[in-house]
Amino acid sequence: MAKYLLLKHYRGGPAPVNDVPMDRWTPEEISAHMQYMHDFATRLEGTGEFVDGQALAPEGTFVRYDGEGRPPVTDGPFAETKDLIAGWMVIDVDSYERALELAGELSAAPGAGGKPLHEWLEVRPFLTAPPTITE
Amino acid sequence: MDEALIRSLTPTVLGILGRRGADFEAAEDAVQDALVEALRVWPADPPRDAKGWLVTVAWRKFLDTTRADAARRRREVLVDEEPEPGPRPAVDDTLRLYFLCAHPSLTPSSAVALTLRAVGGLTTRQIAQAYLVPEATMAQRISRAKRTVSRVRFDQPGDVATVLRVLYLVFNEGYSGDVDLAAEAIRLTRQLTAVIDHPEVAGLLALMLLHHARRATRTAPDGSLVPLAEQDRSRWDTTSIAEGVEILQAALARDRLGEFQAQAAIAALHADAPTAEETDWVQIVEWYDELACLTDSPVVRLNRAVAVGEADGPRAGLAALAALDDSLPRHTAVAAYLHERDGNPATAARLYVEAAHKAPNLAERDHLTRQAARLNARRSR
Repeated sequence: MAKYLLLKHYRGGPAPVNDVPMDRWTPEEISAHMQYMHDFATRLEGTGEFVDGQALAPEGTFVRYDGEGRPPVTDGPFAETKDLIAGWMVIDVDSYERALELAGELSAAPGAGGKPLHEWLEVRPFLTAPPTITE
Repeated sequence: MDEALIRSLTPTVLGILGRRGADFEAAEDAVQDALVEALRVWPADPPRDAKGWLVTVAWRKFLDTTRADAARRRREVLVDEEPEPGPRPAVDDTLRLYFLCAHPSLTPSSAVALTLRAVGGLTTRQIAQAYLVPEATMAQRISRAKRTVSRVRFDQPGDVATVLRVLYLVFNEGYSGDVDLAAEAIRLTRQLTAVIDHPEVAGLLALMLLHHARRATRTAPDGSLVPLAEQDRSRWDTTSIAEGVEILQAALARDRLGEFQAQAAIAALHADAPTAEETDWVQIVEWYDELACLTDSPVVRLNRAVAVGEADGPRAGLAALAALDDSLPRHTAVAAYLHERDGNPATAARLYVEAAHKAPNLAERDHLTRQAARLNARRSR
């Protein structure tokens, strides 16, 4: 088994094929989208492949250490930041091919007009603990 | 097996161990071990005397642990004596426990966790699941909290307001996983009303009951939020409402108003209205005015602006809103709603999108996006 992170970006990735902002969908199309996402997670729980799923607020802050006895320095949020993560799902699957297959299904979530979004998701393998048997 | 019964016995058992001389940290661990044991063996072999069983097992666990300790000799004296519980009534123990677990030296998250375990009798695993953190993290949070309060001397009663804040936090967390925190908060607040006579404790219990009564109608089957005005009022829990109203009226009659009674009064006015249109918004505004005097909270003034919008029209609501800091959470969502009511769908849709961008949770974000979509769809038709 190997864990993969399926990352959804607000921006930074290539534009989805069906690129209409959600507030321009009909309420029924929004409901259909939510239902699809919910069913997808439920199905992965059922197959024993779901680990975690979280959504992030669109705005974040950069923070760094600023020396002994000083409060940390903050910067941002940056409107121009290229990459912005919207959320993720962590899956635990048998193969890289399976991770790609699932990401493909997630990307097919319906959008405007009830048609698949074809949105780009980033698939990143987790670095694992070293195996017990090494030789 | 009645898990609620086991849980309700927790403070009493802990109190008995305390009076036999066990310190809080060790006694609480022993009671937790006994609870876990009870959950394991009671289904097949229920005891005749649940409390007696828990006291015996917890005391044995306590002795097992302390025997292994370095302070063996001193503790063995304790074993030989095995004193009977003192003459103090159990009621005092329970109340003391509430104050201890909500002690001001604890952070809110620690106070919540400790209250749920030591007063509520939940297992560490259940609390961890409810707050979506690893069990080891929650165990550590609880033992640190216990260490903090073990230094607290308890000669004077604590401030009941700190206990109410903790219970309010638990209630607001709602439910996730297999523990219903809202129901648990109601149980703990009800138990508190039995050991302390205070109108604000009653006010908080009434507030919880009145909100809990609407829970089933607050979300649609697909998980989306249903606003108050659109909820199916025939599905509100009338038993819970009746109890909440009765408790509130008795509390208000004592003429010591506090913020929880005022909030409960607002919830009761909503519960009283057979339809959303029949809501007594004028009285609700008056209660928000009372509440603003009691708390001076900007969130209260934001909610008051919504009520003014209903009582005196959206223009009045927008005027009330204009006096508030627009960086307040949900300020934009309120503005969107009032602009829609004022007949400005384009402005409202733009503000709904902006509000969705700032929403603090997914359900609200989806709800606000849906509002924008609804207005945009209508306009393009």
